Amino acid sequence: MSSSPIEFKNPVLKWVEYRLPVFSFIDSSVGGSYPAPRNLNYWWNFGSLAGIILAVMVATGIVLAMHYTAHVDYAFDSVERIMRDVNYGWLIRYIHMNGGSMFFICVYIHMFRGMYYGSYKEPRELLWIIGVFILLAMMATAFLGYVLPWGQMSFWGATVITSMFSAIPYVGDALVTLLWGGFSVDNPTLNRFYSLHYLLPFVLFGLVFVHLWALHVHRSNNPLGVEAREPEDFIPFHPYYTIKDLFGMGVLLIFFLGFVFYAPNFFGEPDNYIEANPMVTPAHIVPEWYFLPFYAILRAFTADFFMYWPVAWLMSAKLAGVLAMFAATLILVLLPWLDTSKVRSNKFRPINKQFFWIFVADCLLLGYIGAKPAEGNFIIIGQIATFYYFFHLVVLVPLIGILERPKPIPESISTAVIKSAE
Amino acid sequence: MIKKTLTSVLSALAIAGVVSTVSTPSQAAGGAEIPSQSWSWNGPFGTFDRAALRRGLQVYAEVCSSCHSLDLVHYRDLGNIGFSIDEIKAFAIDYEVEDGPDDEGEMFTREAKPADRFVGPFANEQAARASNGGAYPPDLSLMTKARKNGANYIYALLTGYEEEAPDGVVLMDGMNYNHYFPGNQIAMAPPVDDDYVEYADGTSTSKEQIAHDIVTFLAWTAEPELEERKSLGLKVMIFLVVLTGMLYGLKRKIWAKLH
Ligand code: HEC
Ligand code: HEM
Repeated sequence: MSSSPIEFKNPVLKWVEYRLPVFSFIDSSVGGSYPAPRNLNYWWNFGSLAGIILAVMVATGIVLAMHYTAHVDYAFDSVERIMRDVNYGWLIRYIHMNGGSMFFICVYIHMFRGMYYGSYKEPRELLWIIGVFILLAMMATAFLGYVLPWGQMSFWGATVITSMFSAIPYVGDALVTLLWGGFSVDNPTLNRFYSLHYLLPFVLFGLVFVHLWALHVHRSNNPLGVEAREPEDFIPFHPYYTIKDLFGMGVLLIFFLGFVFYAPNFFGEPDNYIEANPMVTPAHIVPEWYFLPFYAILRAFTADFFMYWPVAWLMSAKLAGVLAMFAATLILVLLPWLDTSKVRSNKFRPINKQFFWIFVADCLLLGYIGAKPAEGNFIIIGQIATFYYFFHLVVLVPLIGILERPKPIPESISTAVIKSAE
Repeated sequence: MIKKTLTSVLSALAIAGVVSTVSTPSQAAGGAEIPSQSWSWNGPFGTFDRAALRRGLQVYAEVCSSCHSLDLVHYRDLGNIGFSIDEIKAFAIDYEVEDGPDDEGEMFTREAKPADRFVGPFANEQAARASNGGAYPPDLSLMTKARKNGANYIYALLTGYEEEAPDGVVLMDGMNYNHYFPGNQIAMAPPVDDDYVEYADGTSTSKEQIAHDIVTFLAWTAEPELEERKSLGLKVMIFLVVLTGMLYGLKRKIWAKLH
């Protein structure tokens, strides 16, 4: 593993490097001088995959913006013009549309990876917290973008979600009026959403940059969760992980473009091919799939939900639902401190490992409930799943950390990896 | 690990599948199970049956166009499915569009040209409702994408009328009983029946055939890019599979040094 900065023979590179050390920066960030643990598995691919998708989203988004018209009378038609008359407009749009879903698939896997291997623990707490804010920024971006084609789901989704804020005491109504730029979702809303949808991805870029900056300080965690220390624990990022990430990109593109070319509307709602109509409410208003778990938490809060009782004297059930929905994400900020175990990887935490998978199942269940109409058993199941979500993070995680007896942990990566290879 | 990754990808798919099958807003309660037909454009190599498209255009022009617009389609688009420019001009000439203002500042009407959009039957929604007992015949351009399981649904809708409502069902004034329409009561009278049109190519004019043809045509108006999409997709997929295979080989080779 080379630790001293590389020497350049090419005179042009030398000239630039002397004035602006950009090449050694690249080399020490994703090149041969960046040491990475030797034992990262394929779950470590999803960070770079998310980054690739972010770049794809920005590139396709900029082209879409060249042809899109942000006006309630033209937005829907301008999108259809992109689909029909702009050269390869259908390809650009379908990539952008499905890219949103791919982004969330990658980031959700990325986060569960972090949870499973305890990547959020000391000294990577800030890295994790920045990640939570990346998720929030992604959600905002996706929500705003979904409004732009001005279909029925765009309009009604925007109406439902923005109306949530009216539950906030005192300032709620003023806030909603501000979001709308008027007294209903209308042209001013569409214009400000468009402006913000263009802005937020660059905020995301900034957040990702800080995320990677923090990553590079203490470097990647690894499946064993023991800090890489010895020189034998590391391998240079290039060529080992560059090629592995490139291979991962190939697999992602097959999956991603498979949808784009053969099932482009798989993740979409038919209603969004009907132009927005404030006079006609769709039978079921459902958000995009990646919001469904949060939507389920929002709707779990009815007047007779026991999690609502303790705060019933203080606020409406609606407000409690809104707060719980945001809390579901924000509580992850506290995860590094909620988890009381010193052991990172679930490989050595037999009890916690079981509960990790139950938690994953609970999140999937919440997603399922979020897609169902709020009636009958779905409400009860949604409430139990909501309770369990918080119960896991606030009660089980700290308790298991105290009570569980972890398996013996290897001394170092190289002893574990090289021994097992023999 | 790859196996694990695959499982997670599959479960992500499964969630998405659940989502897309349960959230069927445009298909609220009251519609019967929709039978699947076999369509020429299904599958990775699917293309639109050109003869069916021609017949479908005829059905649209002779039947549906008296109530439904097709705003997103231009006459020129017919060139992409095998109509010659002369055929397109001859087809468009039967329609009138308002144009202008001319040099005197007056609006005038003229015959439609290939560059025009399909001329709709009504000037606006109010006029459409006035002629249809208050109901609004929606634009058909995107219909197969705007309904869940669109092509099969429209086929079922067109062939799923019942002359008499079943016992116990009271139809509202001006409504017709349909097995597949949500709520079963639809304002559109049965638009097709046996021998409603006469096909020049001698194809049967059964109700089912007519429905099949118009649905083919509407699938094209909704996804005019479909054939290009699938054929480009095939090339891209082959390229990606080869590329990814090579990257995997390279990855193995580079990592082999480690062990
Ligand atoms: C006499 C006028 C008339 C004709 C001709 C007509 N329709 Fe309709 N159509 C309507 C009306 C009115 C509605 C709205 C029905 C409702 O909302 O109850 C409608 C609705 C529809 C719908 C939407 C159903 C839904 O799920 O909302 C489709 C699809 C449709 N028509 C297809 C056709 C096709 C294809 C033809 C030609 C074969 C055709 N129509 C001919 C009047 C007509
Ligand atoms: C725009 C979205 C995101 C991008 C582009 C991104 C990018 C990356 C990249 C490239 C890595 C290094 C490779 C890896 O470990 O997989 C990484 C690591 C990490 N990310 Fe993200 N990330 C995103 C979102 C998130 C989110 C939402 C979280 C969690 C809340 C998160 C938490 C982490 C953590 C904890 C690590 C270190 C993992 C380890 O070393 O074990 N990231 N990220």
